[in-house]
Amino acid sequence: MSATNAYDAIIVGGGHNGLINAAYLARAGLRTVVLERRHLVGGAAVTEEIFPGFKYSVASYVVSLLRPEIIRDLQLARHGLEILPLESTVTPLPNGDYLGRWADHDQTRRDLYRHSPKDAEAYDDFATLMYRLAWAVKPLLGVVPPDPLSPGLRDLKTLLMLGRHARGLDEQQFHALFKLGTMSAADYLDEWFESDPLKATMSASGIIGTFLGPRSPGTAYVLLHHYMGEIDGVFRAWGFARGGNGMVSESIASSARSHGAEIRTGATVERVLTANGRATGVVLEDGEELTAKTVVSGVDPKRTFLGLLDPEELPEDLVEAIRRFRIRGSSGKVNLSLSEAPEFSCLPGGGPHLRGAFSISPSMDYLERAYDDAKYGGFSRRPYMDIVIPSMIDPGMAPPGRHVMSIFVQYAAFDIEGGWDDAKREAFGDAVVDTLSEYVPNLRDSILHRQVLTPLDMQEQLGLTEGNIFHGELTPQQLFFFRPSPAWADYRTPVRGFYQCGSGTHPGGGVCGASGRLAALEILRDLRRRPRGRP
Amino acid sequence: MPAPSAVRGTPFHERTGPLCRAGNWRRWAGHLSASSYEPTHEHEYQAIRSACALIDVSPLHKYRLSGPGAAALANRVVTRDVDRQEIGQVYYTPWCDAAGKVRDDGTLHRLGASDFRLTSAEPTLKWLHENARGLDVKIEEETEEVAALALQGPRSRDLLQRITDGDVAGLPYFRVMSARIAGIAAEVSRTGYTGDLGYEIWVGAADAIPLWDALTAAGAPFGLAPAGMLALDMARLEAGLLLVDVDFIPAHRAVIEDRKSSPYELGLGWTVSLEASNFVGRAALRAERDRPAAWRFRGIVLDWDSLEAAYATVGLPPQLPGTTLRDSVPLYAGGRQVGYATSRGWSPTLKTYLGLAHLEAESAFVGTELEIEVTVEHRRRRARATVAKTPFFDPERKRATP
Repeated sequence: MSATNAYDAIIVGGGHNGLINAAYLARAGLRTVVLERRHLVGGAAVTEEIFPGFKYSVASYVVSLLRPEIIRDLQLARHGLEILPLESTVTPLPNGDYLGRWADHDQTRRDLYRHSPKDAEAYDDFATLMYRLAWAVKPLLGVVPPDPLSPGLRDLKTLLMLGRHARGLDEQQFHALFKLGTMSAADYLDEWFESDPLKATMSASGIIGTFLGPRSPGTAYVLLHHYMGEIDGVFRAWGFARGGNGMVSESIASSARSHGAEIRTGATVERVLTANGRATGVVLEDGEELTAKTVVSGVDPKRTFLGLLDPEELPEDLVEAIRRFRIRGSSGKVNLSLSEAPEFSCLPGGGPHLRGAFSISPSMDYLERAYDDAKYGGFSRRPYMDIVIPSMIDPGMAPPGRHVMSIFVQYAAFDIEGGWDDAKREAFGDAVVDTLSEYVPNLRDSILHRQVLTPLDMQEQLGLTEGNIFHGELTPQQLFFFRPSPAWADYRTPVRGFYQCGSGTHPGGGVCGASGRLAALEILRDLRRRPRGRP
Repeated sequence: MPAPSAVRGTPFHERTGPLCRAGNWRRWAGHLSASSYEPTHEHEYQAIRSACALIDVSPLHKYRLSGPGAAALANRVVTRDVDRQEIGQVYYTPWCDAAGKVRDDGTLHRLGASDFRLTSAEPTLKWLHENARGLDVKIEEETEEVAALALQGPRSRDLLQRITDGDVAGLPYFRVMSARIAGIAAEVSRTGYTGDLGYEIWVGAADAIPLWDALTAAGAPFGLAPAGMLALDMARLEAGLLLVDVDFIPAHRAVIEDRKSSPYELGLGWTVSLEASNFVGRAALRAERDRPAAWRFRGIVLDWDSLEAAYATVGLPPQLPGTTLRDSVPLYAGGRQVGYATSRGWSPTLKTYLGLAHLEAESAFVGTELEIEVTVEHRRRRARATVAKTPFFDPERKRATP
């Protein structure tokens, strides 16, 4: 074997978490390589020009909670990351009206008042409570999950810190926190609001990426998750990446390279090599071997434990837990190239609303019915959709005067009856265009190109098991010290020197990056290296 | 008859007035100037950084210097060497009083061998006349006659090239050219106050509305948005650019000596050409070069963790400014005050809390650890800050020419 294939650390999978992990390890002075199966890095955060002149954020399409400390530590702005604000969410309604939430408080209030004067007031109270609660639980995002059953000194310190941070919650706030952890989004929102489109649109955030309906218990928690970004307020990281979500990955890759990391594309890892319960390297599909004492998996828990390793090497209970880990895909993606700007019949013409998001979630029943369609191996005939038009705020995404539209679609079952095929994919795409055309009359005639991704496509093209966008559903029993499995939620694995850094670890989900960073800090701790070895 | 209005609109007001949905106006040199057009200025800032933005900068003072003595006058006033300024070149430059203290800063456009345009923040007509004694030069104020529009942002080149007959795309950084924009005679300079790719367009006031209409008609596909002063202030902080009356006090209006600064004390040493002809203040600045001044002007970056800790003492997340703050706050090193920050704000692009600061020379080395005063719930606390180089944000596209 050539000496050039000897590294200090090998990262399997060049998604955003793998790249972040590599950047931190390289920054500490480790000879680091990232191995990515595809021809480009980014995993689910990629920009591709599939139709000439039009750039799609193929899968992931907004930057949700990308940690500000990562943007600072890795100097991502200098490496090309620019985040553009996503300022509004408009829910078009079948009666031709709409419900809008805007960057400006008064404008939002006036809009809500039109639907329910009471809700306009309740909305402010709700926001205040969520802000307070989000502040109380937010430090969770920045810590390695402690082991609550057999805590070490460090675990106790973490628990103490979290407890201190949450001190001062009053009774009402504490009760709310408990309810959010246990109730359905629909039930919880019923306690607050009367306007159906408001409740439906708010609850939609609770179902994204899960194969659950808004009336399923456990969906309320994500309402809180969304206010984490609110805390960030002016320094929020919500929005579009200029150049599409691929620029998030590209900027991290550029930063990693500047610290000396090597990034290899077209390099499919077959399995992790071990000796005496220790990781020693990896072997690629073509037989090439690379050695390193530290191997990090950025792929999802199923692939990490059941694919890269031989389950024989792992404790049986862990293998069982990973087999049971819920990773059901529930969503698809439709990307459109448009010859002209879409015109929503509820807000005709241009205007600032086109720079925001559109939520097709007119009522709670609508969402629940969409779930019903998919529950037994189908897809929603009239799906929930979260729509953005990146070219409105980032004109470089399409030729002048033309546009790209990104449509997140839920629900679509991974194990659809009879299996996914081309005909079903197109039928799924048709359901999306048909439904959306009811709100956007000029849509159909302006479509120049359509890309449809089913959950199966996301598995086959992007490597997401069952097409789950979060590497495992974000429901309470799969969060924090349960993610991906109790006792192995601290980024380590039973194989010494083999780590996990993907979204299937705490805090997971979305383009957040905390998993990649926290895993790197744990690895450096095990290696007794300082995080900032080199300037 | 009602008393005349204290403010007037700029030549673009007929268009900017109705666009200002937010009703958020301020005054700039006696003119109405939009702080933000929309209820929040976030999108206007992003237009500057990611698409392109139109900023009405007509209230700038503008002077035309022409005639055989024009170059000599310019050389006598500004600190840079006008003998070396090529036709079509623009200088950013301060100018000083006899003691070498900065009166103002602006741009000097060399439109011809003996034809200059000087822009300034402060009225400067009298100062120019005083320094023109014995020179054969014509000095004309054209503040009201010339309308000025800044077109800034990464897409500004593509937009402008689309509606002009000249090779605007080929115009290098800090150069100026004549061009017809949608048939309107204009000077276009590759200048701005954003630290980004951008242009400033100078036209006769009568052509202001047609220019605005031509740009906005062609601008939609390029994401063009009008931007107000709040957005501009954020961009100029990231670019590390000085603001008069905030980051420095014009020497002729400073009531006490301490308020005056030399170019060296404002980080503008690079603009001082001591070998140039005898400009006002040269002798004083030559002496200062040999005996460096006590103050420096630097960037500072606030440490996030310590800011968070300061707010956590009262159970709050850090409260960050949504706009650039212009009040001065003390800076400390080794327990002693060593300076003050004059502009501060959050950079949405860099995700850092930045400031511009006056520092005693021995505490002004890049990397020096400081403390900055922060007011948390009415109480004074301190957070860590580090001395940094400016510009904080400096994209290649700012200078690049295809």
